[in-house]
Amino acid sequence: MYMEHYCVDFGMEKTKFPGDSVITGRGLIHGRPVFVFSQDFTVFGGSLSGVHAKKICKIMDQAMLVGAPVIGLNDSGGARIQEGVESLAGYADIFQRNVMSSGVIPQISMVMGPCAGGAVYSPALTDFTFMVKDTSYLFITGPDVVKAVSNEDVTFEELGGSKTHTVTSGVAHGAFDNDVEALMTLRHMYGYLPLSNQDESPIIKCEDPWDRDVPSLQTVIPLETTAAYDMLDVIKETVDNRDFFQIMPDHAKNIVVGFARMNGRTVGVVGNQPKEAAGCLDINSSTKGARFVRFCDAFNIPLITFVDVPGFLPGTAQEHGGIIRHGAKLLYAYAEATVPKLTIITRKGYGGAYDVMSSKHLRGDINYAWPTAEVAVMGAKGAVSIIFRGDSNLETSEEEYIDKFANPFPAAVRGYVDDIIEPRTTRRKLCEDLELLAGKKQTNPKKKHGNIPL
Amino acid sequence: MKFNMNLRLKGLTVERLTLCLQNRQPQVSPGHGVRLLSTSKSLSFMEKRYWNTVFSQSEPKFSKVLIANRGEIACRVIETCRHLGIKSVAVYSEVDCFAPHVRLADEAVCIGPAPSSQSYLVMENIVEAAKNTGADAVHPGYGFLSENMDFAAKLTENNIVFVGPNSRAIHMLGDKIESKRIAKEANVSIVPGFDGEVQTDDDAVRIANEIGYPVMIKASAGGGGKGMRIAWNDDETRQGFRLSKNEAKSSFGDDRMLIEKYIDKPRHIEFQVMCDQHGNAIYLNERECSIQRRNQKVIEEAPSTFLDPETRAAMGTQATDLARAVGYDSAGTVEFLIDSERNFYFLEMNTRLQVEHPITEMITGVDLVHQMLRVAKGHPLTHTQQDIGITGWAVECRVYAEDPFKGFGLPSVGRLNKYKEPTHVSDKIRCDSGVEEGSEISVYYDSMICKLITHGHDRQDALDTMSDALDQYEIRGVTHNIPLLRDIVQEERFKAGDTTTNYLAEVYPEGFKVGHYLMLSKQLNSSEAMQLAAMAACVRYKQDVRSSSFLNNTRIKTSASLPSKQTFRVDIEGSDGFDVSLSSENDNFQVTIGEEHLKVTDNFNLSQSVLSPQISGDTTHFQLLDSSPTGHIKFRYFGTVFDVSVLTQDFAAMSQYMKEKVVPDFSGVVVAPMPGIVKSVAVSVGDMVSEGSEVCVLEAMKMQNSLTASKTAKVKKVNFKAGDTVGESDVIVELEDLS
Repeated sequence: MYMEHYCVDFGMEKTKFPGDSVITGRGLIHGRPVFVFSQDFTVFGGSLSGVHAKKICKIMDQAMLVGAPVIGLNDSGGARIQEGVESLAGYADIFQRNVMSSGVIPQISMVMGPCAGGAVYSPALTDFTFMVKDTSYLFITGPDVVKAVSNEDVTFEELGGSKTHTVTSGVAHGAFDNDVEALMTLRHMYGYLPLSNQDESPIIKCEDPWDRDVPSLQTVIPLETTAAYDMLDVIKETVDNRDFFQIMPDHAKNIVVGFARMNGRTVGVVGNQPKEAAGCLDINSSTKGARFVRFCDAFNIPLITFVDVPGFLPGTAQEHGGIIRHGAKLLYAYAEATVPKLTIITRKGYGGAYDVMSSKHLRGDINYAWPTAEVAVMGAKGAVSIIFRGDSNLETSEEEYIDKFANPFPAAVRGYVDDIIEPRTTRRKLCEDLELLAGKKQTNPKKKHGNIPL
Repeated sequence: MKFNMNLRLKGLTVERLTLCLQNRQPQVSPGHGVRLLSTSKSLSFMEKRYWNTVFSQSEPKFSKVLIANRGEIACRVIETCRHLGIKSVAVYSEVDCFAPHVRLADEAVCIGPAPSSQSYLVMENIVEAAKNTGADAVHPGYGFLSENMDFAAKLTENNIVFVGPNSRAIHMLGDKIESKRIAKEANVSIVPGFDGEVQTDDDAVRIANEIGYPVMIKASAGGGGKGMRIAWNDDETRQGFRLSKNEAKSSFGDDRMLIEKYIDKPRHIEFQVMCDQHGNAIYLNERECSIQRRNQKVIEEAPSTFLDPETRAAMGTQATDLARAVGYDSAGTVEFLIDSERNFYFLEMNTRLQVEHPITEMITGVDLVHQMLRVAKGHPLTHTQQDIGITGWAVECRVYAEDPFKGFGLPSVGRLNKYKEPTHVSDKIRCDSGVEEGSEISVYYDSMICKLITHGHDRQDALDTMSDALDQYEIRGVTHNIPLLRDIVQEERFKAGDTTTNYLAEVYPEGFKVGHYLMLSKQLNSSEAMQLAAMAACVRYKQDVRSSSFLNNTRIKTSASLPSKQTFRVDIEGSDGFDVSLSSENDNFQVTIGEEHLKVTDNFNLSQSVLSPQISGDTTHFQLLDSSPTGHIKFRYFGTVFDVSVLTQDFAAMSQYMKEKVVPDFSGVVVAPMPGIVKSVAVSVGDMVSEGSEVCVLEAMKMQNSLTASKTAKVKKVNFKAGDTVGESDVIVELEDLS
């Protein structure tokens, strides 16, 4: 509260403010403790001084001590240049704590103003980074420097605005209309998170009957196997009160991830989105999915995966971009996760992508298929052209293949699918299973840490 | 059957698979479908509803009836068949394969792909289905092939009975020009107009001037408002003639047009007649169908507030005279226009079961479908004119999937992800529908969701029940017209029975607007607005309680109690805000708004979709549609959706510093107001358009909609061409300002 900076160069000793350029403290959100720091742009542009960093480190240490989340409201122009290396050291102190806290307590960053330089790495290290539309920016170097270095003309918004980061780069996990909405949404989201990795995912009183029949799920899958539908419909109709908090709603839309509740208990939901790029897995969607799965695993949040995936996206752009390495991230994340894993194959489970999406083979606890499920190495057309290469009667062969594979039975008879269920019963089954799996204990071999393909 | 093969290839649920496999060999297991049937209604209600039924149980009847229709009317006919012990056969297009009418029938046959021109309108397939299933009669419902004499003839060729009038009667009445002549001969009073078909738009203008404006341009083969337009001047005549002609061609395959005098301040009153093959004809009194938009009915009632017994008898007699004149032998409807002096003019006779037949059934106690089946079998009518009375009052609201805020109803499409009919509210409510939760309202067929019918001992009673029913009718996933319906049933003019076919245009001169009835912006202290604000605060409070009641966080002791008294800032869209203080005690909320005190019972939870608390003693219904973490709560209240923002005082205080977001300007673009197919594009890049000029024509739900430029500008870009499919709010044409 009373801390002040101790810089004496460049006349800084003449301007001092109690508390310097950050406000720190703790409080309650819906009765649960949280530590918060808020950078104050009105004091030296929110620039990070040694004292500023110390204050943040102090609450981060306390948060670790008691096991409670940290929320940062970021609005900082970067390092306090007058302080030189002192400021850089401050950054590193925060970074180190971010990393040590990672996977122990949830860390959330809400970027509420322009953040540049060193100020952008701390949000990047935290679990979730949110932005405010039109007022917040994130970039390593601003448009002026960009112009000087590469002679590229670019606006603030284009370089690091909320649209850039929520749609294109995937740096931010969401953006809100204004500060008030951002803070209110943050409070809502906080309700989904456990206080630390020592706590189980929170349960609130559920008024939505857990055994509710969901007749509308019966018709959600279109008659044409090639027709798109909205996986959000499936998710919303399954979870409590149609309440689904989407993470990264605008980036890599071909996969949907987010938090919801089942019978009051927080769950992480992952679903392929047939509406976007047929729901295929590509570089961005794999990375997005992997990050989310790992967060849930770290914080004991059960995972529900809705599968309708035609495969990995082919093409040079993807291959050159390293789809093999990035796709492996999602595979790694699912394979590594020890939280309860429930899987529903709503339609397609093709090829390697089937394996990746929380399959039985990656220690899926309970794997369901809807009657519309088709699990196979590939779709009929492609498969037939390989199996019956040169055969003139491809149409009959295609029908034969469809008869054999375009249904859930091949997977079910091998035990890779535990049951074929009526879509309308999905909610009831999942709620029952979650109750059962609340007692799940599974540990991976002891190691320093795994080596996820980054 | 080749269509079923395709179906089998597609992803189907187990239940659906069974169904489809069964449908492949419908003749193998007649009656098998009964076991699959899952209707929750008990059939005893049929006896109660159709109390005025007189017939001999032992008289011969059809053994199996095929229903050449879909949706609610198919369900309606099957219901009667089941009650009579007649086996039913449904036909369906591929997209309808899981529709309720398919499940309800004893057997079902797929007759083709989704577009009705390839399924429900293909006579060969339907006749084939009837032959294969051994049906001895076909009920056509309304629309589709119901007034097609070729179809009737084809059935007769195959010794299958067409449940409807004989071909000769259809022929004589189905054509509007022809029917006028016959009516004239039968001494039925008719509207002055041009006696013949109109060839070109120049002709149209000339004839219109002869008759005198306003005139009505309509398709000879038309019905249901399609291919029908009113013109008040030469320009409108030209445009209307062209659009109607196109519409007639695509809807009916017959673009013959006619023009007649348009009667101002008219009421649309129609008479239900029932005739048999033995020359008997009775009328089952009138239906008033004046509430129309674009000549399509929205609300109907029986009887009419406007008819005295003499006029009723006179009209009824003319109706039966006309029916006898053409040798009519089934259920039919004679439409009249009636002016304020109770002069009535014959309009046309519909040779089918009408959409709005249930209100007649409700007040007469006669099952019209049953009677149609009986007379088709050759039995004489068992009722005489004396047996037909008027018992109570019945009102029907047509619940459509359409946006009532755009021209009183632009079709919308979607999946009913939540759907619950209000039949549980009262036994005076009847819902005739062919959809269920999960059904898709598609672009292929009519956008009607349900016919909501209420019956009461008098008109006000029926209307009160209607309000209640509309309030508790849950439809999610598609935009629907309940806001408009709810508004009309409590509107003063309607309540007084003062209706004309121009009712909507007169009562809502600027179109139907949000919160028309509540008029929040004008009457801030209206008790409705107050109730809404109080309810919003209660819901918000309950949400806060819920989100701070953790059941399992024990490691760190949390203090979850909320202050017992809270003050919220409540803003209702389009009004100034309220400060609402609330305290919770003994299952009640004590709410204070300014000087007002309200007591709201805490008898609801937030997972219910209809919340029915008592507010200061009166039960009020709110549908909770959505609530966001940012304090926005969406209620359906008095039919209309209100977006209410509820903020705690702290957040409200901060909100005032937030910048208003600039809403993007859409005047520079022409967007599709609904999904559909671009019929034609009238402009190309570089063209100049003036405000209000036609840019393109969009066809949706078989209606042609002319989209116009909202300002005078130059065309910058045309994104779609004729024949393209567009989604809602797709930008079709971009405009740029003149520099």
